Amino acid sequence: MVEFTLPKNSKVTAGKTWPRHPDAKREREFRVYRWNPEDGKNPRLDTYYVDLDHCGSMILDALIWIKSKIDPTLTFRRSCREGVCGSCSMNIDGVNTLACTRTMDEIKHDVVRIYPLPHQPVVKDLVPDLTNFYAQYASIEPWLKTETPTPQTEWRQSEDDRRKLDGLYECILCACCTTSCPSYWWNGERYLGPAALLQAQRWLVDSRDEATGERLDFLEDPFRLYRCHTILNCTKACPKGLNPAKAIAEIKKKMVERQV
Amino acid sequence: MADAKEARLQATRPLSPHLSIYRPMLTMMMSIVHRITGAALYFGMLLLAWWLVAAALGPNAYGRVQWFMGTLIGRVILLGFTWALIHHLLGGIRHLIWDTGRGFGPSEREWLTLAGLVGSIGLTALLWIVGYLMTGGVR
Repeated sequence: MVEFTLPKNSKVTAGKTWPRHPDAKREREFRVYRWNPEDGKNPRLDTYYVDLDHCGSMILDALIWIKSKIDPTLTFRRSCREGVCGSCSMNIDGVNTLACTRTMDEIKHDVVRIYPLPHQPVVKDLVPDLTNFYAQYASIEPWLKTETPTPQTEWRQSEDDRRKLDGLYECILCACCTTSCPSYWWNGERYLGPAALLQAQRWLVDSRDEATGERLDFLEDPFRLYRCHTILNCTKACPKGLNPAKAIAEIKKKMVERQV
Repeated sequence: MADAKEARLQATRPLSPHLSIYRPMLTMMMSIVHRITGAALYFGMLLLAWWLVAAALGPNAYGRVQWFMGTLIGRVILLGFTWALIHHLLGGIRHLIWDTGRGFGPSEREWLTLAGLVGSIGLTALLWIVGYLMTGGVR
């Protein structure tokens, strides 16, 4: 349902400004979304000053610097720190991306604003609850489905067929695209969202998969697939440079092609 | 016990900010405008129906509509209607191109969208200039 404003308990209030590091010469101001499930208060926006001379160049470096030098309670997900795991996805300077692959220099505003992925229930600070997102991914049955008896060796695939998976298989399920989509914000319960649909396309084009019809039947639904209105926030957000909007357009094309 | 605590926590979880914090980007804004113009066209069609019904009713009714459309407010509404119509039409064409799987490249999608905006303003201006020229200028 379309609700432009946040519920009462979600309104972001002014937070505290944490003390500056005494010896810092070059600083960058960070405003970070905070919510503590244990204090019963509304979310707030805290201000931190990061000492650029003693911190790496990435947004994730700054967050880790804040956590280790100023405020150990700051909570966020991170792991690989090189854009492979998809853990540190968040809204940085108004756009969803990975904190580990976005440099501070890329952000033109003086103040760096960081929020959790948009329109998600917040577990704590920058950690959203992605249960629905993962359930939707599971719903497209992201595995090889076949009728033919399993061969003694591998399922063979030509180089050309393998190439069809490029631009699809690289998805790391960071949820940057899905949570950037206004259509998903309003209908996230029923619309599958760009990430799940890109994965659906990954299995639809797989030459070894034999459940294409069944997969299309599942997607043929006013909400699951057709809530995509080609807004393109997804494609612009993807930190891996994939194109979910195009993948969805290809699924819609398949829907038409099988009718004629 | 743990489940009850988890359920209580889930109910208190805030929703993270969305529209208010997301950077407005051309394709997103134009998608919103496409929606708004689409909704505005319902009222535009009512206007058109009013004009046609008046024409069928006779000179007096028709004269009243013509008078209203000639007032400043009437002209602003008509200008808005023509722009909404052309904007929505060009948006429809853009979506048709996207439906064929084309125009999703990083530069293509931007210029396609910008072309819709520039085109709608340009064509609206052209339509009104031609319209005024045909009726003998602004009165």
